[in-house]
Amino acid sequence: MTKFWNFCKRFYLAILLIFIYLPILMLMIFSFNSGKSMTKWSGFTFDWYQKLFTNPLILESIWVTLSIAILSSLIATIVGTLAAIGINDFKKWNRNLVINLTQIPMMNADIVTGISLLLLFIFVKIPRGYLTMLISHIVFNIPYVIFSVIPRLKGMDENLYEAALDMGATPGYAIRKVIIPQLMPGIISGFIMAFTMSFDDFVISFFSSQGVVSNLSIYIYSMAKVGINPEINALSTIMFLCVITLLIIINVRAERQAIRSGRRAKKAKRAR
Amino acid sequence: MNKKKTFALPYVVWMVIFTVVPLLLILFYAFVHRTDTGALVFTTEYIESALSGSSMSVLLLSLEYALITTVLCFLLAYPAALFLWQLKSRIGSIVNLLFMLPMWMNFLLRTYAWRALLDTSGPINRILQLLGFPAQQLLYTEGAVIFGLVYNFLPFMLLPIYTSFTKIDKSYIQAAEDLGANKRQTLIHIIFPLTKSGIITGITMVFMPAVTTFVISRLLGGSQTMMFGDLLENQFMLLKDWNTGSALAVVMMVLMLLSMALVRKSDDGVMPGGM
Repeated sequence: MTKFWNFCKRFYLAILLIFIYLPILMLMIFSFNSGKSMTKWSGFTFDWYQKLFTNPLILESIWVTLSIAILSSLIATIVGTLAAIGINDFKKWNRNLVINLTQIPMMNADIVTGISLLLLFIFVKIPRGYLTMLISHIVFNIPYVIFSVIPRLKGMDENLYEAALDMGATPGYAIRKVIIPQLMPGIISGFIMAFTMSFDDFVISFFSSQGVVSNLSIYIYSMAKVGINPEINALSTIMFLCVITLLIIINVRAERQAIRSGRRAKKAKRAR
Repeated sequence: MNKKKTFALPYVVWMVIFTVVPLLLILFYAFVHRTDTGALVFTTEYIESALSGSSMSVLLLSLEYALITTVLCFLLAYPAALFLWQLKSRIGSIVNLLFMLPMWMNFLLRTYAWRALLDTSGPINRILQLLGFPAQQLLYTEGAVIFGLVYNFLPFMLLPIYTSFTKIDKSYIQAAEDLGANKRQTLIHIIFPLTKSGIITGITMVFMPAVTTFVISRLLGGSQTMMFGDLLENQFMLLKDWNTGSALAVVMMVLMLLSMALVRKSDDGVMPGGM
């Protein structure tokens, strides 16, 4: 009975996984289809992979996506880290106010954030395009950085900074050499989160650029209405393989580190 | 002498310009009418039209879809999280990672792929035909939209619930068993209350985003089903009617605040969106 029950549980998880991976599998299979259809198989080909790297529209949108993801998350990381350090020193009332306002872009529906930024750009007559998309990405990225840095600040010893100042460090030097190194894990996870958010964003990009520039999501959206070309299937296959490889590398590394620190702990015990 | 505060200055200026001012602009466009002579007058006509019959019915439909989606996501995710937790913890976390992995794939692509899967000549219909059923119109139906919503939001329900499971102190369960509780009693009286915060986080991560989504309904529901997000997008991108569009956005923000207040009330101390 319990054996059967265990099988049922695993079967349920397997069904859910199939449900989640089915469309991805579909995209991968049909990236090798020689026909343009997503429902009829007409033979194996690598053509779409070749065409992908000569399609100027796709290459352009990949470039926009990557450059905006990198620039916006870098700027957000710098501004956000400094902001977190400053906010942490605010008086209680001010700090709560700023933190609550910072939560707005995270809480609000993407569509509302996108529209509000579009209204601003229209109001001050900034032409919509690459710059407005970049600004918008920085806007929604900064909160992720701030909220991953602040918890580390809370756990930090305030006296270290004071000590650095007493020893003659300028505030800037003390921040760089004393505070930033301790915040590093928070800064890095904030950066990674900002990068993935930016890379995947559709709604805010769509509104803030008004379709003047296309990142990958906007390109896919405009294609989806008329029927995607198989080059996009090829691209998604490549992207998915990249993500999997990256995750495997990260996991293997974490595992090795865990094993190593385990050994070290054992050695330390023995030495005692 | 403490100059650390000044480091936040660039951000505070940035935030006022790009977060506070845009929201004030939405309120401005929603409540201020520019007359032909260029004078600005306060008006509620845009809000009234945003709450009028046709857009109200769209709003109610979106709320209904979002509610169904949230319930279905919960019903699918809760047992999944429970079973994941009952696996060996290493295997459980790997399988959980497998559930999260597709989130890194563009959601438009995955939704687009469902279009092919649900097509009348797609694989699902082919299997149905092999089994002797007639081909079904699956795409461009209400069912397809809800299906797409559940598909897209399921990981957002699963992750917080699974996280709350992994935080359960197993000695509580042992204690319950030692005191003579059977499995069902343990589940209802011990495990379920301990995972409540995860459930609430999951609900906030599914419900409001589902109300405001606009692409999924367009790709899977065609022109038949319009959701609140579609209405908003139409107003801005097609009709370029900033005033009515802003009024709709105000309605959406009020909804958001209401649902957040409800969550805060039912679950003090737990931040929504705690990934």
